[in-house]
Amino acid sequence: MNVGVIVFPGSNCDRDIAYVTRDLLQQPTRMIWHEDSDLGPVDLVVVPGGFSYGDYLRCGAIAQFSPALRATVEHANRGGLVLGVCNGFQILTEAGLLPGALVRNRNLHFICDRLPLRIERLDLPWTQVYSTPADGSHKVITLPIAHGEGCYYADDDTLKALEDHNQVVFRYSAPDGTLGDRYNPNGSAHSIAGICNRQGTVLGMMPHPERAADALLGSTDGLGLFQGVLTALARAA
Amino acid sequence: MPTYQAQIYVTLRPSVLDPAGTAVQSGLSHMGYDNVSQVRIGKYVEVTLAAAGDAQARQQLDQICDQLLANPVIENYRFDLQEQATSPAVAGAGLAG
Repeated sequence: MNVGVIVFPGSNCDRDIAYVTRDLLQQPTRMIWHEDSDLGPVDLVVVPGGFSYGDYLRCGAIAQFSPALRATVEHANRGGLVLGVCNGFQILTEAGLLPGALVRNRNLHFICDRLPLRIERLDLPWTQVYSTPADGSHKVITLPIAHGEGCYYADDDTLKALEDHNQVVFRYSAPDGTLGDRYNPNGSAHSIAGICNRQGTVLGMMPHPERAADALLGSTDGLGLFQGVLTALARAA
Repeated sequence: MPTYQAQIYVTLRPSVLDPAGTAVQSGLSHMGYDNVSQVRIGKYVEVTLAAAGDAQARQQLDQICDQLLANPVIENYRFDLQEQATSPAVAGAGLAG
């Protein structure tokens, strides 16, 4: 699996991603500077978290016009895998690869926490490593979140289309998978924490799977996401 | 080519909650302004550009707003536009002062 990690001025999770793919999973990983329009041989492009271009104007607004992001859009349009985490999710919505937008958290706080997330579908490259619990309940994992603008917003028609096409991948929930306003940290519509495009090849999520990948840091709940992509690509090869 | 100045107002669409505006309204209420029923916070941007005419300037500003300054998913925009006077008198006045 060839991984490319886009690096913007202000990215701060780029090396965490590379640590997972290069060090933990032993996969060739390239850091791609935002001014590069050539991604090179790449199977998975990761748009990492941080504060690209200082988050000036709106989170992700300026990053969408960088040469590397334009190349990422072309990669996605060819059916390539793209993962956007946190600021990366915001950038993917600004670039139009994913619908909706991420606005200021309902309570105005920057939230730094570990929260349970219900996985809504296990048939994607991203989620196939996770399995449904024996009792048939929803699979729930715990991942860190760290954002001030993570409240997912879309108009009613867009939300309906997302639900109709099964594009919601992660929702904030109770540890047992129960949904509810009290488990929704930022006011996101439909408790949405992560969505994919209709093909399932582009995933955007506010939680940080790369920060829960090394047991030394207390959790490996997020590692499965990267292992899943690795498995899917190995199968396709 | 004449120079134009635009004053651009970017506002949240009415359907989007504005928690910052609500916080400011609460602050005003603490100050005694109980008659303030709503506060919505937006952005104000000034852009100076050269264009062949008023119509071309407006067309470009629409594109600039649609593509970057406003996100149509959550925001609306409007702008005022004036042709800038290129009078040397302005600079002269500065020197005299």
